[in-house]
Amino acid sequence: MNYGIVSQEQLEQIDGILSEKLIKLGVDCVIIIDMAGNIITAKDNGESKYDVYSFAALAAGNFATVDAMAKLVGEQEFSLLFHKGQESNIHFSKIDDELLLISMFGRDISLGFLRLNVVDVIEKIRAIWHKK
Amino acid sequence: MSFINLKDKVVQVKIVYYGPGRCGKTTNLEYINRTYRKQIMSEMVSLKTHGDRTLFFDFLPFDMGQIKGYDIKIQLYTVPGQVKYNATRKLVLRGVDGIVFVADAMEKQREKNIRSLNQLHENLQSYKESIFKIPLVMQYNKIDLKEHGIPILPTEVLDKDLNSRLKVPYFEASAITGYNVAATLKKIISSSVISIQKKLL
Repeated sequence: MNYGIVSQEQLEQIDGILSEKLIKLGVDCVIIIDMAGNIITAKDNGESKYDVYSFAALAAGNFATVDAMAKLVGEQEFSLLFHKGQESNIHFSKIDDELLLISMFGRDISLGFLRLNVVDVIEKIRAIWHKK
Repeated sequence: MSFINLKDKVVQVKIVYYGPGRCGKTTNLEYINRTYRKQIMSEMVSLKTHGDRTLFFDFLPFDMGQIKGYDIKIQLYTVPGQVKYNATRKLVLRGVDGIVFVADAMEKQREKNIRSLNQLHENLQSYKESIFKIPLVMQYNKIDLKEHGIPILPTEVLDKDLNSRLKVPYFEASAITGYNVAATLKKIISSSVISIQKKLL
């Protein structure tokens, strides 16, 4: 069994990237989870009050379900998932086989702009994560 | 795979209640949710069908306090018990740290318990885990039914059927009245935490 341990330094670097690239952009809340539903880190704009633990469990289940559906239709994966609401939206993106990046954002950010930044964030996080 | 956050000093432990359909997995969680309301930071999440059967999982997180300066966050999950939902059962088992196998003590459920335990064994293998190594506790549930004249299996029979090779701790219980629900939970938490500690040393 592999145990997920990240160093304090790595987490601080990851938190820094999330704040700089996503929270400053206007994203309400960003969570990195593993596929078992554990929270690796969570950052928010100080105003949002989500129950991140329940959220992580549901998000991991949701993503795993979509992944299983992808396999049924012969796809390797659906690496991107997006839910649109009236006031808030949720964007899921796979970092690697173990990690998932979830961004919750309101109406004032365009999906395209968010996606550009997410791609950038994911590359940076991968570099830090694989250093361990 | 429990996740250990060295920055915030948090350890997340995933415990799954497994067992055949209608054996009382969700009832265990509901009892814990009612009884330990003060320690539980959020609402219990249940993904169920219109007929109140678990569709995907139930989820209940709570804080257990600190060990050596680390906050221990316990995350309880159940799996859907119905035979047809094995794909989702497998998904819930991903990254599990400890398992409570809830067996239904009713006589007519004897075979279903054994089948469910065998499937747990197979499902764990698909994650390269072994049922003989992972922290596991047996719970022989519904013993209160004896008082209502419903035939139930003696604990020795259940133990022989399910636990003769595993030899893990077991409890007679009644999830609906709460009898031994907390004892089961305490046992699986301590086994899981000890196993995580051992692997880290």
